[in-house]
Amino acid sequence: MKDIVKSALKGDNLSIARLISRAEREVMADPVGSADLLSAMRTIHKKVRGVPVVGVTGVGGSGKSTLVARLAREYRKDGKRVGIIAIDPTSPFSGGALLGDRVRMSDIMTDKGIFIRSMGTRGAFGGLASAVYDVAWILDACGFDAIIVETVGVGQDEIDVVKIAETTLVVLVPGLGDSIQMIKAGIMEIGDVLVVNKADMPGVEQTVGELEAMLDLGGGRMKDRKIPVIRTVAKTGEGVIELYAALCAHREYLEKTVGRDTICRRRYEGALLEIVKDKVMERMLDEFGAGGHAQKLVDKIVRSEIDLRTAADEIIQHGGKNGSHSK
Amino acid sequence: MNRPIRVVVAKPGLDGHDRGAKVVARALRDAGMEVIYTGLHQTPEMIVETAIQEDADVIGLSALSGAHMTLFQDILDMLKEKKADNIMVLGGGIIPDDDAKALKKAGVTEIFGPGTTTDNIVSFISGKVKR
Repeated sequence: MKDIVKSALKGDNLSIARLISRAEREVMADPVGSADLLSAMRTIHKKVRGVPVVGVTGVGGSGKSTLVARLAREYRKDGKRVGIIAIDPTSPFSGGALLGDRVRMSDIMTDKGIFIRSMGTRGAFGGLASAVYDVAWILDACGFDAIIVETVGVGQDEIDVVKIAETTLVVLVPGLGDSIQMIKAGIMEIGDVLVVNKADMPGVEQTVGELEAMLDLGGGRMKDRKIPVIRTVAKTGEGVIELYAALCAHREYLEKTVGRDTICRRRYEGALLEIVKDKVMERMLDEFGAGGHAQKLVDKIVRSEIDLRTAADEIIQHGGKNGSHSK
Repeated sequence: MNRPIRVVVAKPGLDGHDRGAKVVARALRDAGMEVIYTGLHQTPEMIVETAIQEDADVIGLSALSGAHMTLFQDILDMLKEKKADNIMVLGGGIIPDDDAKALKKAGVTEIFGPGTTTDNIVSFISGKVKR
């Protein structure tokens, strides 16, 4: 493991890939991980530089992957090495996944300055994968100058991407709905940059207009900064230069207003809480599920001997252990 | 808990028929594997680089163009060169028996021709990959 970390830090793709797999694997078995991995991640942690992390989120089919590939090329033109984390859903039924984001990234696949990792959500909700934090830090430490995290195709409220990315790009397409959709809570609140992709399709004027009207209503997280709305056609590359400039401008804005340390701090805070949440939940559910305890409680609920909320409290207070509720 | 087996499903070369590859990809997904699907027109370099970055256990190649001898061999050579020849290479498509024999000799673990069931492929992979 030590050798893997060492050559990963030197930029060896094979070792970086194996380290990522180890992180993913440990997260699955136990959200805090084995001693071996912990020591590897300690070494990695010391090398993390806090490079820009851009989150790309939006509805499935809105063109996220194609746009990510285009953006990666802009970073490359700037002389930067890019790590891409592309997440697709894991089936809750089979545990398998079809990770298809690379299909749109063919022309950047052999670029030596680009590393792409496809991840299944493996049980995480919120649009990310549980190990995404570890993977981002591995890529940062191993020399990539920017990281793009592409979420699964989202609906209205999978907003975990803000925990890892300080710049979130929400990708929309024409024809998704009217102005009421635009002012709903959730995904529409998290964009630091809004993109209307497929801007060669009919209805783009209306979509852009409604977005701008929504932004004009005021409020939101950032009161002193106007959120840009950028039109792109990812297929042809139209608007991508402007989009790249907007991403860089947002990072600069953050560095000027809150500073690099705070950017990193926020990221650690989000990740820490997520990891604890995962671990606590896993432990609770494990203990709860063991020994048919779950079924006994459900039986009681069915027989109206206990209500749902009281049953839930029992589990939380007693960690699901052999059930004091049976007294 | 076992980690999912990771399989890169790729179509090297110029033929544009990916239905077979999609059927296989979907069957592997349903068997609990993580399938990294790369799509059509992949060069050997793209496939090998993908398999490395994705830390794949298996590369599944589909070729219907007749260029399998060159393409598969290039992939095997490149894997060796990059010290990634622990990744299992499987082939499928229209591959004559003599060619299949030669490819297996060269390092392709198995060739699945027409008539292979997806169950067959799933159990072959599950049986061979160490976890």
